[in-house]
Amino acid sequence: MDLFEYQARDLFAKHGVPVLAGEVIDTPEAAREVTERLGGRAVVKAQVKVGGRGKAGGVKLASDPADAVEKAGQILGMDIKGHTVHKVMLAQTADIAEEYYVSYLLDRTNRTFLAMASVEGGMDIEEVAATKPEALAKIPVDANDGVTPEKAREIVEAAKFPAELHDQISEVLQTLWKTFIAEDALLVEVNPLVKTGDGKVLALDGKVSLDANADFRQPEHDALEDKSAADPLEALAKAKGLNYVKLDGEVGIIGNGAGLVMSTLDVVAYAGEAHGNVKPANFLDIGGGASAEVMANGLEVILGDADVKSVFVNVFGGITACDAVANGIVQALELLKSKGEEVNKPLVVRLDGNNAELGRKILTDANHPLVQQVDTMDGAADRAAELAAAK
Amino acid sequence: MAIFLTKESKVIVQGMTGSEGQKHTKRMLASGTNIVGGVNPRKAGTKVDFDGTEVPVFGSVAEAMEATGADVTVIFVPPKFAKGAVIEAIDAEIGLAVVITEGIAVHDTAAFWAYAGSKGNKTRIIGPNCPGLISPGQSNAGIIPADITNSGRIGLVSKSGTLTYQMMYELRDLGFSSAVGIGGDPVIGTTHIDALAAFEADPDTDLIVMIGEIGGDAEERAADYIKANVTKPVVGYVAGFTAPEGKTMGHAGAIVSGSSGTAQAKKEALEAAGVKVGKTPSETARLARAALKG
Repeated sequence: MDLFEYQARDLFAKHGVPVLAGEVIDTPEAAREVTERLGGRAVVKAQVKVGGRGKAGGVKLASDPADAVEKAGQILGMDIKGHTVHKVMLAQTADIAEEYYVSYLLDRTNRTFLAMASVEGGMDIEEVAATKPEALAKIPVDANDGVTPEKAREIVEAAKFPAELHDQISEVLQTLWKTFIAEDALLVEVNPLVKTGDGKVLALDGKVSLDANADFRQPEHDALEDKSAADPLEALAKAKGLNYVKLDGEVGIIGNGAGLVMSTLDVVAYAGEAHGNVKPANFLDIGGGASAEVMANGLEVILGDADVKSVFVNVFGGITACDAVANGIVQALELLKSKGEEVNKPLVVRLDGNNAELGRKILTDANHPLVQQVDTMDGAADRAAELAAAK
Repeated sequence: MAIFLTKESKVIVQGMTGSEGQKHTKRMLASGTNIVGGVNPRKAGTKVDFDGTEVPVFGSVAEAMEATGADVTVIFVPPKFAKGAVIEAIDAEIGLAVVITEGIAVHDTAAFWAYAGSKGNKTRIIGPNCPGLISPGQSNAGIIPADITNSGRIGLVSKSGTLTYQMMYELRDLGFSSAVGIGGDPVIGTTHIDALAAFEADPDTDLIVMIGEIGGDAEERAADYIKANVTKPVVGYVAGFTAPEGKTMGHAGAIVSGSSGTAQAKKEALEAAGVKVGKTPSETARLARAALKG
């Protein structure tokens, strides 16, 4: 989960990374009082989870409280690369002398953590990495040793920060590491880390991404989720405990296992090329169990998607037997009917693997008018695409 | 022969007395795996009956190894306790630890991976978030259904469980030497490259099928490895061409970040290394058949 800047700032502050005072608001009028509290001047910053907001006009300097109200009014509601601005952060102004960069992230390739640091801050770090790789220090950090004062010193020296700032930046590196570990983060980034005119080091802007797998020991992280921004179908699926991602096509997909479902999306997209370019409408992995209840929940979410014209249920019975899956489909359709939900979209079902013949027979015997069976994954994808295109 | 797991393997199960552990221990025993014990400190000294086979429970991995000569552990403990379980296995210096558990915090995986390195990598780790591995007709360590196919001369390595089953099913008439599910998490122990190297060295494997998916650069690195080191034919499949940027697709590691980790880039890298890459699982199976005929 990626956080907003103000949430990153709060986590930095919690773990001792030096930041400027700031508050988040969602109406222009609220800017007046906050700006007064901040000393009469403020930087008004759009809170969006996308880069390049400065260039898009999402960051403005307000010279007094009235100006802050006006600037907040200009920024709130603005569209930045498809993201609507619902909140702005007002932050204390800073006298910036230099801009640097520091981050910790998971290095998947080397299966370790990585510190990155550069004296070339304030711009897109991927651009620095591409155009001036020598200006970006990359130092592996052992997950068990962490960032000790010695490690912090190593990073500071590798990045060639000015000697007079070594102590301050070492301290920032250690508190930032504390943030990374304590919050189970996948990324903590400070860009820019600034030196002010009077020689102080501050984190002026930051990015944090958190590991959802650590939610069991991070009870406070649930409150950081931007529930208003979630797609309503994704929110519904999440409430039902389903692994669902909304896409922009017309063929609803239900399958078991993340890899098989991803593959199903691809196969439907290929098949769609021959049928008016219809595409998959979603990712939905019902997992190994695939009980009638899970199947009903899945169908409910997918049939509730107005974009869906047909549904492809693609199951390979591994641990789960296909007869259980077939019974799940039959019961799910009855369950939805008894709940008064209209089921009027064709379902193409492909069952293979464990007890596939028994499962197919159950569906044949049930003889539901909307359910069709196709024996192969490619054939079923083609049929589902054809049905979606015909609607 | 086979890779990593043979009929000589003596297998213990960490978390055998939990519901998942019990269910799958029963299935592993039914498929002929030599299960010599379970580990649960609170139930040490007891026995669990699996349809007439009594399996003893030990207090620790080290005790189980001492008593039985076990060389493989399959780990089913919940995410919260998985790091401790893997570290226990590493400390006992067991040869192979297969981590089935899904949903382990990546900081925990990074920590036990670093720990394994600091102890000299004496324990091969497979997973986490994987279906384990099977050497059909010999042994089955994990949750891969044993009845899909028999032994044969194809080696399979895959990030995905269900795609492993699907591919074994597509090629069920030919059979497999070993099929290894390496898992879909951002940090995993055994990689595509480790399995490729082992299959290249295995005299009973003639062809390697490699299944990848979006996220990270493991497939690209595997492509470089194949180009330099693998003489046996390799057929590939990559899932996730239609995955949008920035969305996690079921597996914690399956995410396209910016322009990196795309299925297209992986396919191109593999093809540049001479690997034939199928557009669909069934086409991949056809390519494998053709390659095996030479």
